[in-house]
Amino acid sequence: MNITLTVNGQTLTRDVAPYLLLADFLRDELRLTGTHVGCDTTQCGCCIIHLNEKAVKSCTMLAVQADGAQLTTIEGLARADGTLHPVQEAFRDHHGLQCGFCTPGMVMMGADIVRRLPGADEETIRHQLEGNICRCTGYQGIVEAIMDASSQAKAS
Amino acid sequence: MQAFTYHRPTDLTEVVKILADCEDPKLLAGGMTLLPTLKQRLAAPSDLIDLARIQNLHGICEDKSEIVIGAMTCHADVAASALVRAFCPALADLAGQIGDPAVRHRGTIGGSVANADPAADYPAAVLGLNAIIETNQRRIKADDFFTDLFETALEPGEIITALRFPRPHKAQYQKFRHPASGYAVVGVMVAQFAGATRLAITGAGPNAFRPAALEEALTRSFTAKALEGLQLDPDELLSDMHASAAYRAHVALVLAQRAVGLIA
Repeated sequence: MNITLTVNGQTLTRDVAPYLLLADFLRDELRLTGTHVGCDTTQCGCCIIHLNEKAVKSCTMLAVQADGAQLTTIEGLARADGTLHPVQEAFRDHHGLQCGFCTPGMVMMGADIVRRLPGADEETIRHQLEGNICRCTGYQGIVEAIMDASSQAKAS
Repeated sequence: MQAFTYHRPTDLTEVVKILADCEDPKLLAGGMTLLPTLKQRLAAPSDLIDLARIQNLHGICEDKSEIVIGAMTCHADVAASALVRAFCPALADLAGQIGDPAVRHRGTIGGSVANADPAADYPAAVLGLNAIIETNQRRIKADDFFTDLFETALEPGEIITALRFPRPHKAQYQKFRHPASGYAVVGVMVAQFAGATRLAITGAGPNAFRPAALEEALTRSFTAKALEGLQLDPDELLSDMHASAAYRAHVALVLAQRAVGLIA
């Protein structure tokens, strides 16, 4: 089945099998391997991307369901000139990662939280991260990074 | 995942026709349960019918004294709806506690209600708030809808189109959330309507249910104290690795008292 979608600002058409998962489409067909598949069971959040500006788990969507949609993956979050998204910058400032496997999903979820809930407090952010699992950091740096970006978003 | 034919109809007449023509079709709403089920090969439908492009299944509106939520409305939209929050804050709160934010961006009210997972949150709202389930064929009362584990009153070829909620005087949803899955180990919706109190429990039994003894006690006296000494029969509840039936019976009563305490 032919699908046409916009990924990181670029519109493309591909012929895909109906059962191809969106995460596999991004990684295997488009070679956008920044989107990670951790659990493949909708738990870990490593595969989070933005679908029409909303965070979704791309391992639990079919590529055909994204026909006509606007997608942003971790590769498309920074500006074209290389300026990092404020959440990416904050992850660097607050050491919001160790091994880095969960990081693309954490950053995409973080950007979604900052967009929806500017100025969110720590408790809110921890609840909002319920669908993202990190096995290294203990979450402290991640939460601090998102809080920082969130308070910046409110101030601006 | 096994191969299937994918359909993306734009109106319900087309859906009904595809349902009738296919060997083993499944309706796809948000896919938050169905897609993991297909990935684990616990189901292998011949055809998947995606309801996403049927415009009149989306959205929230007020109709006289009721709020009408289209079957394909996602949990995040219900949770964030100013209309729902003004009408029944407990319903918005419940929607905001389902799964996680990314799941709430995809999962739908119609999909959840049709699936009738024993640990899903929405069945407590539908039953506790005395909602009407609208389908392409008829209107079904919440009391007649949830019949057993993953079983509902829906007939083959019948599709949920919307959920209609009457306005309660006051309502509260209390949930003991499974820390990993986010599902309700037990969830209790308490709602006050003119002359009657409704109390619906999800997570504890094979399907959401209303314990008559608890409702009667609350209709007589709407206080947490009125529930003291009452018990649910553990023989009718679920037992699994997460919680025994006796534990679920106890937690349900505690949550019911908390919900009442927050309203009274």
